[in-house]
Amino acid sequence: MRFLRLVITIGGLLLIWGLITEITGLPKFILPSPLVVLNALTSNAGLIAVNAVTTALEILLGLFFGITFGMMSALMISAYRPARQWVFPILIASQAIPVFAIAPLLVLWLGYGVAPKVVMSLLIIYFPVTVSFLDGLNRTEAAWLNLAGLLQQSGRRSRLMNAFCLYRYIKIPFALPSLASGIRVAAAVAPIGAIVGEWVGSSSGLGFLMLHANARVQTDLMFASLLVLTAMALLLYYLVDHGLRHALPWLSDQQKPLT
Amino acid sequence: MGRDNHIISFPFKGIPTDVSDQGNAQIGLHLRLDRLAFGDTLVVDDLDLTLEPGKITCLLGPSGVGKSSILKILAGFIPLPEKSSLTCSDGEPVTGRISYMDQHDLLLPWASVLDNLVIGARLRGEAPDVGKARDLLHRVGLADRYDARPAALSGGMRQRVALARTLMEGAPIVLMDEPFSALDAITRFRLQDLTAGVLGGKTVLLITHDPLEALRLGHAIYVLSGNPVALSEPLLPEGTIPRDPADDMLKHHYSEIMTRLAASTEEAP
Repeated sequence: MRFLRLVITIGGLLLIWGLITEITGLPKFILPSPLVVLNALTSNAGLIAVNAVTTALEILLGLFFGITFGMMSALMISAYRPARQWVFPILIASQAIPVFAIAPLLVLWLGYGVAPKVVMSLLIIYFPVTVSFLDGLNRTEAAWLNLAGLLQQSGRRSRLMNAFCLYRYIKIPFALPSLASGIRVAAAVAPIGAIVGEWVGSSSGLGFLMLHANARVQTDLMFASLLVLTAMALLLYYLVDHGLRHALPWLSDQQKPLT
Repeated sequence: MGRDNHIISFPFKGIPTDVSDQGNAQIGLHLRLDRLAFGDTLVVDDLDLTLEPGKITCLLGPSGVGKSSILKILAGFIPLPEKSSLTCSDGEPVTGRISYMDQHDLLLPWASVLDNLVIGARLRGEAPDVGKARDLLHRVGLADRYDARPAALSGGMRQRVALARTLMEGAPIVLMDEPFSALDAITRFRLQDLTAGVLGGKTVLLITHDPLEALRLGHAIYVLSGNPVALSEPLLPEGTIPRDPADDMLKHHYSEIMTRLAASTEEAP
């Protein structure tokens, strides 16, 4: 059903696009028709595939590091309150500064390779992951904390060990649904960081390909790259969504999925 | 609902009651509460409550009268106010000897029934006693559901798991805050039987707004009323628990309690 819906949506959009090019008769360097783009896609398949691999690698690495740092920051802020005042300004700044503005700097420092793109994805992802996980960690129900406190009273472990166990068995599992929403947002926006990075300075990647196609008025190749990027982003999102739902099976016991 | 059927024939008395370790030592509890206020609202003023060792004490009163606040002070969820005292009959501190059962089952939705029972040990960084957990599940009639997640169980079954978890640490004092109020009448009735069976010998404080529940389970029943809240003289129904609701003595006490409760609500502004 979901697949059918996807096919109908995509088919409808392609149809509208084709009709517009047909009716207006725009030259193909302004708006190529879907068939021209398909032709560009097949004749440049190898070129697009090589560059797509670079972009995919950047996105995945950015996701991995962004989620890791975001989770670590959230845990740190939640466990040690004063850290909030130190980390939060950095957190807000990471989101407020447009990545476009620091992209040239990152390229200058880290070169034309994969590294600056990973850092840019990371910067975009860091904020939603940290904030959503922290929100989840701060919202453990008081009744559960009370009960956990009572259960720990008869123990002989140190306060640090108790705190660790509280996070391990209560706080983190309760926060996982919030973290999952953060990761979904991260999966949706991670490609932005990678593409912006490639746009500013790169030697391969879909952004690099688009930039060059644009300069040579190969609008059809640009559209083809864009379509591949969109497909990658959608695939990534649905894979992440699917994986998260499998990892948190008890959520579907309680509520219907959002998508 | 129908899955709870086998409970009624469950042979409580034939099963050894000392699965728990420290449960044999019966400890009384005495609370002297000077005053408890939330902001400008005085909830409790000068209250004296004794929990007799090995007995079930019921606090009965309408919603919002402050029953839960008293329980939360005993449990330490609300810090003990100034000039108040909480002492055990054996003079030892109360810390670590209380277990607690809530109106909500407070089961971890991601964990199996068995994992929910051993959560206390996990939280203390100890090795979980799976054998004991299975024994307790057997006693509450859920031996075959140890692997189920809470969402797969009925409300009555979840409260039975919560009851078993309450017994896991073998604490001699058990505080119960309206544990059956979210259940339907017949499930509640069966759980009262079960509770009377498994809690034998523990010092129990049971908070309830159901007079019949108090009369079935309570060795001593206090009716709470007024603002700030005051305790009535204790009602001490005779007979072994769980009592039969058809008993004439129970009917007599029932009307007496209803009269007291009615009087207390009329006094309210």
